[in-house]
Order: sequence, then structure tokens, then C-alpha cells
Amino acid sequence: MAKSAPTDCEKAASENDILAMAGAEILLKALEDENVEVIFGYPGGAVLPIYDALFKNNKIQHILVRHEQAAVHAAEGYARSTGKVGVVLVTSGPGATNAVTGLTDALMDSVPVVCLTGQVPTHLIGNDAFQEADTTGITRACTKHNYLIKDGGMLQQTVAEAFHVARSGRPGPVLIDLPKDILMGEYSYNTLGAAAPAQKRYAPETRPDIEVIKKTVAMMKRAERPIIYGGGGIVNSGPKASALLKQLVDMTGWPTTLTLMGLGALPASDKHFLGMLGMHGTYEANWAMHDCDLMLNIGARFDDRVTGRISGFSPRSVKIHIDIDPSSVNKNVTVDLAVIGDATTVLEMLIAEMKSQSFIPHKASLTKWWKQIKAWQSLDCLGFEQGADVIKPQHAIKKLCEMTRDRDTYVTTEVGQHQMWAAQYYDFEKPNRWMTSGGLGTMGYGLPSALGVQVAHPNSLVIDIAGEASFMMNMQELSTLAQYNLPVKMFIINNEWMGMVRQWQELIHGGRYSESYSASLPNFIKLADTFGMVGLVAKNPSDLDGVIGEMLATPGPVIADIRVAKEENCFPMIPSGAAHNEMLLGPADQAEKPISEEGMVLV
Amino acid sequence: MSNNDGIERHIISVLVDNEPGVLARVIGLFSGRGYNIESLTVAEVEGTLGLSRISIVTSGTPMVIEQIKSQLARLVPIHSVCDLTEMGAAIERELALVKIINEGKNRIEALRIADTFRARTLDSTLDSFVFEVTGNSSKVAAFIDLMESLGDVEIARTGVSAISRGNRIDLTAK
Repeated sequence: MAKSAPTDCEKAASENDILAMAGAEILLKALEDENVEVIFGYPGGAVLPIYDALFKNNKIQHILVRHEQAAVHAAEGYARSTGKVGVVLVTSGPGATNAVTGLTDALMDSVPVVCLTGQVPTHLIGNDAFQEADTTGITRACTKHNYLIKDGGMLQQTVAEAFHVARSGRPGPVLIDLPKDILMGEYSYNTLGAAAPAQKRYAPETRPDIEVIKKTVAMMKRAERPIIYGGGGIVNSGPKASALLKQLVDMTGWPTTLTLMGLGALPASDKHFLGMLGMHGTYEANWAMHDCDLMLNIGARFDDRVTGRISGFSPRSVKIHIDIDPSSVNKNVTVDLAVIGDATTVLEMLIAEMKSQSFIPHKASLTKWWKQIKAWQSLDCLGFEQGADVIKPQHAIKKLCEMTRDRDTYVTTEVGQHQMWAAQYYDFEKPNRWMTSGGLGTMGYGLPSALGVQVAHPNSLVIDIAGEASFMMNMQELSTLAQYNLPVKMFIINNEWMGMVRQWQELIHGGRYSESYSASLPNFIKLADTFGMVGLVAKNPSDLDGVIGEMLATPGPVIADIRVAKEENCFPMIPSGAAHNEMLLGPADQAEKPISEEGMVLV
Repeated sequence: MSNNDGIERHIISVLVDNEPGVLARVIGLFSGRGYNIESLTVAEVEGTLGLSRISIVTSGTPMVIEQIKSQLARLVPIHSVCDLTEMGAAIERELALVKIINEGKNRIEALRIADTFRARTLDSTLDSFVFEVTGNSSKVAAFIDLMESLGDVEIARTGVSAISRGNRIDLTAK
């Protein structure tokens, strides 16, 4: 069998190992060599040779989406729920430009994706040909790396390198632009694997020096009020990293908080878990971050949604930052020690070193610290009251979580209030179960992403927790769900507002709700019906259990329209420009602490 | 990072694969993230492996300079990033071509100053010279300043090229 690694092809290939093939066929062979099973794509003139080759190929499944943006999100969902590289195939020009949002999303959230774009034939490049766009130029800023293939002899090698770049180090999207003449021309394919590049390229550090680990342990030993702050880097590193995190938490007994991207890295039911941190994180997580004396950051990047006002961010702590990407270190927050490496490797080394030094946490100070944390927890910052008249969105998600607890469930979301409520009220026990657009905040992410997850896990329960406004952004994908009978459950938290926009208008623009009302919404039951799906609606709290039950019992895709309280806001909240210890617990707090002038200009 | 204290000038030397788009990647990184470029030069320096060296003069706080280096280092076609300013002993040179148009006393003075700066005369007419001056950026700037006070000038500068002193060479790419 062919090998994909560019390193094991030192042996000179005999003539039998070299096959002459069309560029499009070499491309598919190279994808097979990377164990690609599924491609999400949309055909067009420039990629017809690839579609022709796909027609004859029986190893790679193609999922036809309805818009190229959705193809990338679907590949992201596929990648994040499996740990494999997601693959996208789109045509030149509009196909490529439509993919830009998805690529940017994957870059911001470090999702390994390889995007294949068609291009006009090489002799027409630069002539403003039909469906020509400067794809490598446009996507240079939204990919980890991109290629324009001008020599068909480079196809096999480029695909191998693209997959290597997409999945190594901090993962990300890689694009290969493929002119049509290259796809149709005949070149040689080496069955022994791609030729090694003239020089080793892109070999990120994944293993830190043992001295740095020793220093980390020494700093950890002095901690009296420690906190572990984990992020998406743990999830990206693979399930083993999450198991190691659990081991570390058990060894230390330290309180642990996770970012939006890190949810599931530590089971939500773990007694050390303080919930998510950041703008809509829990009171206890944010206060613990603010008051800690040692912060152990594992695979998180001090995003502005997490830190709040930098000058007020955890002012008295010693900070250790474990990250695979050196450019994440000292970007937003200056740290005391940087540990560059892969989360799994670093955690393994750290735990081994702690064991060899017989690490024992400060019992007395830790007990005191936990007592303080318990006092914060006693405020029950996520508490809400569910009355008899109208469904609270928090209640809807909590109920959904309870009713799906024993099932093999994957959850995706769109972007906005429902996303934050999902992060707050849905408990994730395992990594790779939660797919959300964190960095870019792409409305319309959830449905196509759920599609990709369902393709990867055909027998699992996949739920898109959506808002009605975000849902409408990519709802053309209902047709894709129908075509492949992908039983995604679309759980729409319908408050008839772009809820987060409305919340900010209430907070900082005097309640002038400019263009944030979701007017002319479809009848979601009838919408489901036109695609041959089941549509359900819950208008009263008493309907909710029945609707969720029926949604889960239905074998095919379901749209559940959950009519929730229209004016509900996401709390707790760190208002923009404020620090972790200036959290608002609810509407009463909000009136007392108006947002600063500096805060107003922040996003 | 709004604090302006401690803005430092750094010369960063980058070894890259000589492939299409590599310069756009570097420049795009600087413009996209709001870093300064004072000068940038690029040319192939190694034929068989196809390597080019980009010398960048930039300025920023130490935190920004550190960011620039780590952001550069993660670009795929970049093999090594050296901060020559941080490494200490380094030589920087820049070449400028200065055309000056003047007559009489000023013409003689221009020639005399050119001699002091060890500038070479590359071209001459009855009322003009083209001088070639080499040195670090401040020497080149001083020469240009003087010429500007002696007539109408037109200037072409190469930007800074730099290399470390001593017997060590950058073998990262080998």
C-alpha cells in the first residue's frame, strides 16, 4: 500500500511503482493515501475533471451541499467530531469566494481542513477569465497555508504536505488551488508515496525541554490558590489529552475552568469543574481566575472574550502557558513561563515529573481556596425561574440536556444567545462532542456543521441548538439533510430576535432595537414539511417534554421550533471593558453598573 | 497594547523558500496585524535549495517584536527567523543611488562631500552627478540630507541588508 508520509520515500521507485494518470485521478489517489473517506463539495466548470474521477471512484464518498460555505462548516464538524482532517471540494471563482467564511472560521478555531478549489487553466490565469478569482491571494490571510499548483508533477507531493500542515502543530485550514489543465493533463503517480520535498518544511515543536517541565512543577508546588484554565488545544490534541487533564485534576484537586472551545475536555460532572469562564462564564470561574495566585493555562489563548479588560485580568497570579503555537504566548497577556508543546505530550511529561517529585498540593491553603470558591458557587449564578406561562430558553436547553444524557450525543450551535445558553446549560462529559464557532462567531455554522458530524457518526444523535436568526443563514442545507436522510435534530430557540444583538442594544444603545427583530419568520413546521421532515413546535412549558421526546423518537431529521421568552438576556456577563471581578449577575446589577465609555467601543 | 514606551528598532533576517507568494505572505502578515515595516529587501541567496533571504527592519515594543518573530516563524515556507538586533554583533548595510542636479560652488561641494562619505561617482553630466553611497542607514541618511541642501536630488535606496558578525553561520536550512 502507498504510504502518505513524505519521509518514507527515500528508496528509488522502480518503473512498476510509477503510474501515469490524469491530474484529477492523482489527486483522488493522494486523498486515498491520506485515508480520506468523505468530501463535502459542490461542482462547477473548473472542477469537472475531479467530479468525473469521483464518479469512477468507489472509495471516497461525496456529500453534495447547497452552498460552499456550508461545505467548509460541514468539514469542520466532521473534523472536530472525529479528530480527522475534513476535506472540501469547490469550484473556481464564486466557489472559492463562498468558502472564505468557512476557511476563516476554521483558522480562528484551529480546525484541520483541506480545501480543494478549481482554477481556470494556467494559461488563462490573470486574464479575468470566466469564474476566475485570485484564490490564493484572497485566501492567504484566512488559511494556515495555501498552494497554487502550476506543475502537475507536484500534485502528489503537495497533497501530502497540505495534510501534514493542516493537522500538525496548531491545526488549521489549507487550500490547494487546481487549474483545470493540471487536472486533465497526464502526470506520474508514485504508488510508494509522494517524493520527499527537497527540504524538510514545517516541523513544529511538540515536545518541550524537561527543564521547563521541572520549572513548571516547582511553580505549581508554591501555589496556594491555583486554577487550571483549559482550552480547545486539549480537544485538538486528541482524547488522550482530556484523559490526562482529568488525571492532573485528580492528582492536584485544583479547581478547573474551560473555555468555550475546551468544553468537554474535563467532564462537566467533575467536582473540580467550575464551568466555562469568560464574558458569559460562571461567577465562580471568573472570580477564581481573578483571585488565583497560579494560573495553569493548557491550550487556551487568552482570547478577549475570556480575559475581559487586560489591565484587570488576574492581577496577582503567576501564569504558566502551555501552547503548541509560540505566537499565542505573550500576545494578549504576558506570562511568567511558556511551555511550548502538544497538550498530550506536555501533560504526560508534567504528570510524570510530578510523580517523580511526589507532588503534594498545599492541603491547608487549597481547602481555604475551595471554601472561597464554594461561597462564589453558592450565589448560583446560572439560576433561573421557570414559570408556568412561557418557556425560558435556559430551561429548554437544560431539559434537552437531561433528556439526552444517556444517549451518544453530539451538539453543534449557531452563534448568539442560544450558543451561550447551550455552553452554560448543556453538560459535556467527553471531548469532541461540542462544535461551535468560537473565534469567528459565524452565524449559520451550526446546521452545516451538524450535517458534517452526522455524516461522520451516522448512528449517533446530532443536535443543532440554533437561534431562529442564525438558522436562517444556512437553512438551504435542509435540502442536503433531506437528500442523504441525515437525522439531525434542529432545536431552534426561537425568541424572534437576533437575541445577542438585541441584548447589546439594550445594554449600550438605550434599547433602540435597530434592525434586530426577526420579521417574516417561516412557519417552521411547514418548512420541515416541504423537505419531507418532521416539524414540531413547543409554545408552552407544558409542551416542552413532549416535543423533545418526540424529536428524539423520530428517526429522521426534525425541526423543533421552541418558542421561548422573548426578552431574556444572557447572564452572568462581564460587560465589555470590565474585569472578571466586575461581573453582572443579572438585570438588577446591570442597572447599577453602567458600561464605561471605553467599553462601549469594544466589540 | 497601547503603551508606546520602549519602541525598539530591530533587524530581522528571514530565510525562506524562493517560491511564488512568499513575499506576499510576509508583507500580508505585517499589514494584517498592524506591524511596521521600515524597510524590506529580498533576493535569492542559495541556488540549489532555492532559498531567499528577506531582511526586514521593523519597530515596536518588545512584546510586538516577539510576536512578529513567532508569527513569521509559523509561516510554512519560512525556515529560520533571526533577530540580528537581539543577537548583538551584526553588520547592516544599505546602498543608495543619489542623483543631484546643481552647478558652481554647490557642485564642487557635493563632490567634496561625496569623497568624505566614500561615495562613488557613477555618472556625470555638466550639471549633475549620480553617486553610490554604502553604509548603515544613518550614514546614508546623513549623506542624503547634505545632498538635499546642495541641489535637486532624486534618490533610490535598497533598504537594509544585514548579517551577523563572527564565525557562525545560519545552518537552519541545511
